[in-house]
Amino acid sequence: MNGIHDMGGMHGMGPIRHENNEPVFHARWESRVFAMYIALSAWRKWNIDAARHSREVIPPAEYLRMSYYEKWFAGQVDLLVKSGLVTAAEIESGVPAPGTAKATPPLTADKITVEMLANRINASRNVPVAPRFQTGQRVRARNMHPVGHTRLPRYARGKVGTIERDHGVFVFPDTNSQFLGEKPQHVYSVRFAARELWGEQASPRDSIYINMWNDYLEPA
Amino acid sequence: MTTTRRDFLTAATAAAGAAMTGDLSHANAQGHDHEHQAVPSDLTLRVKALESLLVEKGLVDRPALDALIDTYEHKIGPRNGARVVARAWVNPAYKQRLLTDSNTAIAELGYGGQQGEHMQVVENSPKVHNLVVCTLCSCYPWSVLGLPPVWYKSAPYRSRSVIDPRGVLREFGLELPEDVEVRVWDSTAELRYLVLPERPAGTEKMTEEELAALVTRDAMVGVAKVSLSQSGSPA
Repeated sequence: MNGIHDMGGMHGMGPIRHENNEPVFHARWESRVFAMYIALSAWRKWNIDAARHSREVIPPAEYLRMSYYEKWFAGQVDLLVKSGLVTAAEIESGVPAPGTAKATPPLTADKITVEMLANRINASRNVPVAPRFQTGQRVRARNMHPVGHTRLPRYARGKVGTIERDHGVFVFPDTNSQFLGEKPQHVYSVRFAARELWGEQASPRDSIYINMWNDYLEPA
Repeated sequence: MTTTRRDFLTAATAAAGAAMTGDLSHANAQGHDHEHQAVPSDLTLRVKALESLLVEKGLVDRPALDALIDTYEHKIGPRNGARVVARAWVNPAYKQRLLTDSNTAIAELGYGGQQGEHMQVVENSPKVHNLVVCTLCSCYPWSVLGLPPVWYKSAPYRSRSVIDPRGVLREFGLELPEDVEVRVWDSTAELRYLVLPERPAGTEKMTEEELAALVTRDAMVGVAKVSLSQSGSPA
């Protein structure tokens, strides 16, 4: 979707505010929102792409006003209700619906290790899919504007770049986010000259590398 | 408690409902007129109310939440990435593996795994400077750097890093000569980037541990260089 989240290349967002010795969390509620998201993901009722989309659909003015974990919280409530893990009535009442059996959480403290967390998101797929493009080939990012989730940033659409590397086969976010299948396909690292994206104001030496799924590309 | 919890969760529902329908006026009518505040004061209570509901339904385990927070506060952070960088500085064979098969090399030090996000390590040199961003959300190499700082997740950094990387670096106090090539890596897929900074001059006699203490998070994102005057604070 052409949402506010797709902000590469926008102006007017103000200065970057760097904080020295920044804590991991700035308030306890932030850490609880973060941990609830990881723990609830273990139910596998949604995937990372659907979770990202749940934050993208926050209305633009709200999106810009909200802090990072506030967006996570709003997205979390959305995911809980849509997945059926929690009903809208339960969100309204704040208590479990009468007569519902208590579930058993899939993620318990004993299962949490550094290794488990590092392996939590596995989007690559070991399936044979023939690559359509070769390293060094010129490609154009398609001029497409899907209304759902996509990882093709607007600033790259219609632009020509070069395949730098084939990263192998990955789940396709555009379909996976809508639970329409994983549609595994090659992801390529594509190099775009900064001047191709931004014109003469950019340095002739600079470039932007964007990971592109097969379906985002066409031969140039 | 029930009434209180109902109130706070209703506000959350309103926000989520607005998100689903695009009805901004609805959210505003439900008490979201806090533009002057970074964090609405009732957020703490709304989050508590949701946690209580989830625990009562058996959807989350409270000790698991505590363990997750403890892990990201104390066990996973930029010190991990700093040790990877220091190893690459002192061990050319390790550095080669790190650049060609980043996941395996990082796993050798006990960080990351083979089934997770794919890592790509990009090397700075006197002629090339790498900068990492995620314009679409805030993707970041959690396993080696921990959770991202606020500035990395902020609209100013996400919007400008791709269109004006040299201006962004200048804001961080890093002025790059014109003849240095800037490579910006927009993390649009499940690939995460770690910048391998240049080893500063004058560190030839330092041990791997001493070198790791010099490496900052900012240098591994690409918004700073490593210098001898910096101490190894996580920032």
